[in-house]
Amino acid sequence: MNTSTGRSANFIDRLYAFFDSPRRQTLLLVVIVAVMALAPLVMGRYMTTIMTNALLYVVLALGLNIVVGYAGLLDLGYAAFFAVGAYSIGILTVQFDWNFWLAIPPALVAACLAGVIIGGPTLRLRSDYLAIVTLGFGEIVRFGARNLEITGRATGLSNIPEPNFFGYVISSYVDFYYIFLLLAVAAVIASHRLYHSRLGRAWLYVRHDEDAAEAMGINRVRVKLAAYVTGSVFGAFGGIFFAANLGAISPESFSFEQSVLVLMAVILGGMGKIPGVILGAFIIILGPELLRDLGELRLLLFAVVMLLIMLLRPSGIWPERRH
Amino acid sequence: MPALETFLQAIVNGLVLGSFYALIALGYTMIFGVIKLLNFAHGDVYMVGAFVGFGALSLVSGVFGAGWTGLFIAILISMVAVGFLGVIIQRVAYQPMLSAPRLSILITALAVSLVLQNGALSLTDGKYTAFRTDLGFGGFEFGRLFISHQAIVLVATAAVLMIALEFFVSRTMYGRAMRAVSIDKDMCRLLGINVNRVVAITFLIGSALAAAAGTMAGAYYGSIWYFMGFLIGLKAFTAAVIGGIGSITGAMLGGLILGMLESFGTQIPWIGSEWKDVFTFAILILVLVFKPTGLLGKSEVERM
Repeated sequence: MNTSTGRSANFIDRLYAFFDSPRRQTLLLVVIVAVMALAPLVMGRYMTTIMTNALLYVVLALGLNIVVGYAGLLDLGYAAFFAVGAYSIGILTVQFDWNFWLAIPPALVAACLAGVIIGGPTLRLRSDYLAIVTLGFGEIVRFGARNLEITGRATGLSNIPEPNFFGYVISSYVDFYYIFLLLAVAAVIASHRLYHSRLGRAWLYVRHDEDAAEAMGINRVRVKLAAYVTGSVFGAFGGIFFAANLGAISPESFSFEQSVLVLMAVILGGMGKIPGVILGAFIIILGPELLRDLGELRLLLFAVVMLLIMLLRPSGIWPERRH
Repeated sequence: MPALETFLQAIVNGLVLGSFYALIALGYTMIFGVIKLLNFAHGDVYMVGAFVGFGALSLVSGVFGAGWTGLFIAILISMVAVGFLGVIIQRVAYQPMLSAPRLSILITALAVSLVLQNGALSLTDGKYTAFRTDLGFGGFEFGRLFISHQAIVLVATAAVLMIALEFFVSRTMYGRAMRAVSIDKDMCRLLGINVNRVVAITFLIGSALAAAAGTMAGAYYGSIWYFMGFLIGLKAFTAAVIGGIGSITGAMLGGLILGMLESFGTQIPWIGSEWKDVFTFAILILVLVFKPTGLLGKSEVERM
């Protein structure tokens, strides 16, 4: 048994190595996007909706990947950014009758502010304490949403208007599938550019050795804050279109579980590695769906499978190789 | 004097709440102290403890009744069974991960939490289970101040367990080994300490304490369900952090402080019970920002 698992791991490793070259990766990505773009033609409504959800998770997971995978800051309250985006849009369009597109910039500003607010105090902290502060912030945002008048308390906000794009009302499930596909592709490109940017390298140094990075002239505070703010913008974009898609939001959509699921997508797939994170997002969303026939047991089985994946590949399915 | 009674009632409620938090926080703190793992599944171990206690009570109630004796035996059974469950979790899920990246083991802990939660969900259909005892709703009344029998026994049991733990850690051989392992695992291994066994004992005790808290919570609140461990687990963790994670006295102190703060927090007019949980997390963040090592914690530099 030992030898057979060893050989299969080897095979998997070789497969990864094959796709590690940038050109093959780009080609693969183009093929995948083309397939995804044509997919709604054959997929039914149910499958398309699930894929839309998976694409939303790709955006969220790539955003969290910047915070956790690139900068090495464990964030257990990522759903807070997602919530800030969704609620900003909800409040501005429902309570103040703003136009959807005009409401996007303030929503992004709000998310950046949230990033600075969460990032500010956490910069002093390291690892586990940091995780817990972000968790606390996430819960505060959710409890706040549940108890404030402007966020509609526990019932949340409904009747969020469907976005109107130069006269075309974006409303059908296929429309939203394409919007999220667009967002996901944009998130992949942005992630890739950031990874190879000066800031991306600064994140890498800070993650590996904060003190050494600082000694080399990297402004630790600014770099970490940049990670939070960038991550929050990704999350807010997800939240904005999530709210527009569903037309209604409630505090329970932004629970700790949501943060955990996104984090799982990142870590399961392989922190810091874009294809890994995308894979993780799809596993997190499609896994429980594929097991739907099992009824109540599906989440249990899913959790067991996840445990096994972590035990067999502790660094994720498709881990980062740059050291 | 109603104001005084309100004040005393808040203290009583705070003590009860604090005892729960403290018992669970102890498990968090011990496990963190020994293997530097935030065991996110700990709140769910507490939940499993409540269900095992419930099952044990219905088993033994035929012989011992569902009164104090029955409940006491149920707590013991639950502590033993769930203690071993803790050891199994550690062996299966955490032991192989000790050399893996820090984040991976954290995710494993979250996965274990999901397994326990969804296991309980499948077994109970997600319904609230009534936890019936024959203890009734009696208690002592002083004007408008009410102290139930359950509250007294609960706080007393918690105190006894904590004193026993303190004795175990400071006086016995394994307690000493536990403290040594928490300082330097490799050195302990070189000196011939069976580190794996010490870690297993830590999980045994931590989980048993959570199981005791869970069973008592069932008897106190009268109902249990599969999701009861989540929020209380977070709060117990908060308690452990306030006291200084890794410190056993700190966990007890943190639990009591958090219980009192919450109990008094709900008395403040403009906070009210709706904002109770926000209050908890706000305190957590303030403590971490101004004193990241907690009240009794030692300063240490820890990396991911």
